[in-house]
Amino acid sequence: MNTIFYIAAAVALVSTGLAISGRNAIHSLLYLIVSLLAVSVVFYILGAPFIAALEIIIYAGAVMVLFIFVIMMLNVGMERESESNWLKPRMWIVPSVLTVILLIDFLYVLKTMAHEEISGQVISPKQVGLSLFSTYVLGVEIAGMLLLAGIVGAYHIGRQKKKVIHRFMKKEEIIKESDAEK
Amino acid sequence: MITVPVEIQILFAGLLFLMGLIGLLVRRNVIFMLMSIEVMFNSAGMVFVIAGAHWAQAEGQVMFIFMLAVTATEVSVALAIILQMFHHFKTLDVDELNKLKETD
Repeated sequence: MNTIFYIAAAVALVSTGLAISGRNAIHSLLYLIVSLLAVSVVFYILGAPFIAALEIIIYAGAVMVLFIFVIMMLNVGMERESESNWLKPRMWIVPSVLTVILLIDFLYVLKTMAHEEISGQVISPKQVGLSLFSTYVLGVEIAGMLLLAGIVGAYHIGRQKKKVIHRFMKKEEIIKESDAEK
Repeated sequence: MITVPVEIQILFAGLLFLMGLIGLLVRRNVIFMLMSIEVMFNSAGMVFVIAGAHWAQAEGQVMFIFMLAVTATEVSVALAIILQMFHHFKTLDVDELNKLKETD
């Protein structure tokens, strides 16, 4: 178990280092996702399976997809490479190797855990849920309000105002609008 | 289940946090800065989970869930700001934004 922790930690550190030093934003995102997967393995070994699942679903799933959407919308980071250039092995070989290491980790854990009794150290999702919705229920409601504020704020900030290209066109539009009102 | 000393685990989280901090200080591309902030959030949450595992309490994981909500909100608002920034200035370099004057 300790070896698995060290391997996953090493994978996380290497992929994070590659993520923050990369030039292409999409490639860095790929490394960041590998880093999140490795951290999720660490959480699983630490006896927090629920958090490990949440890490993958929310961080590697939702948040990283948001990043990818924005990078694609802005169309930066590619710097006019052709698609055949993206598919070169050197683009995906390192993240793949790191992910395969994690996969071997995972398979090993599954194989050994089948024979091994899980000790009492594991904190089950049931305990987390009970604590979350009894002691910290106020925090849950505040988190809900925060998310609502986040939705409204993101919508308001991200909205693009209609631009009038020329002032004569603007005048025409106003006239048309006033005509329509009449 | 795991016998790695808790100091090593905290050290791992600290190294991850340090990497995020270095990325935030070194990079000038605003998307990379946001990604570094994500790494820092993640490592801070990891300390919560490590502490929760160390004392066999569920509170650490509860705090991580709250941090997840905060991170999701922060990312969505920050990405909206980045969209507006790119729309106005046609760049992602934060050093270009140091002039407090109207651009027309």
